Amino acid sequence: MINSPDSMFAPMIADEAQTMTRLRDQLAAGAEAGELLDVAYTTVDSPVGTLLLAATDQGLVRVAYELENHDQVLQALADRVSPRLLRAPRRLDQVAWQLAEYFERQRRDFVLPLDFRLSHGFRRQVLARLVMIDYGRTETYLQVAAATGHPRAVRAVGSACATNPLPVIVPCHRVLRSDGKLGGYVGGLDNKAALLALEAGN
Amino acid sequence: MKRPFEEMVVQHGPTVLRVCRAVLARPDADDAWSETFLAALRAYPDLPETANVKAWLITIAHHKAIDALRAQSRRAVPVAEIAESSFTTDAWEPSDQILWAALRALPTKQRQAVAYHYLAGLPYAEVATIIGGSTDAARRAANDGIRNLRRSYHNSDQLVSHEGTQS
Repeated sequence: MINSPDSMFAPMIADEAQTMTRLRDQLAAGAEAGELLDVAYTTVDSPVGTLLLAATDQGLVRVAYELENHDQVLQALADRVSPRLLRAPRRLDQVAWQLAEYFERQRRDFVLPLDFRLSHGFRRQVLARLVMIDYGRTETYLQVAAATGHPRAVRAVGSACATNPLPVIVPCHRVLRSDGKLGGYVGGLDNKAALLALEAGN
Repeated sequence: MKRPFEEMVVQHGPTVLRVCRAVLARPDADDAWSETFLAALRAYPDLPETANVKAWLITIAHHKAIDALRAQSRRAVPVAEIAESSFTTDAWEPSDQILWAALRALPTKQRQAVAYHYLAGLPYAEVATIIGGSTDAARRAANDGIRNLRRSYHNSDQLVSHEGTQS
């Protein structure tokens, strides 16, 4: 006998998972078409772990390592950009493609619209400087500070790198300490070393 | 601090789908789901942080379903007949067809009360807010609906196979 209504309804939608996948894809497309998708995100596998990619209609706004905790990153995007946020991989297709090429050593420069709204003031100035460091090259925190016109702001450069919202794409991994040591990295030192090795062709 | 909308889709999407399918036949049910979540996405930034998101979504779905039923009645036969006839042409869920059919064949209030209370898990007070009338009336409608469902369900050959899928 089936006594509880709950158990009676338990097997109701056998194809629920597939249907939900289809409906969620439709929702993402409908939201994009209706200009309701303030933040689209996806995750991609890479040699430096799973990367979260998020974009506004202006461009790529966030790249996050697992170390940063993707749930917290999404919550921060909801707070600081908009809670109209959906997993919608299509907006990130170009980014995912270029990253895959980069990790296969088929690409040295990213050609992508970037949205720097998560970074302000001096930190944003530093990021603008970082994108000028070429693939396979490195600079010291001191050199970057000097290049921004604030040679004594070495620590501030360090914190700009530590809070870089677009790691890998904006290459804060190419900034080292003056003594040649790695310094810090938002994605963990192993990943910083891995990116530098990749670019050095090792 | 408002949660990302994606979490609302993951958390409540399946429940809203069940409710839509309980009230509407496919593909109208799936369309109602899509319209519900698009409307919710539009309004989400203005939703008070203390709001019960599930009840809010079910309320939107309720209105979308009413719109769909009205559109059906404009297209062809009266709504009451649609409820009886639409499931017979449904090709999906063969093993659960009888339960879905029985559910959609219930009188509107009973169907809504069963869907919102038993499928969505809303308390009767919130069910009453959505469908109108008192909390007691919502409880009675749900109880009547379950009694009617049991009657049609137990008469079917599907009972044994469903019991096999339990636990």
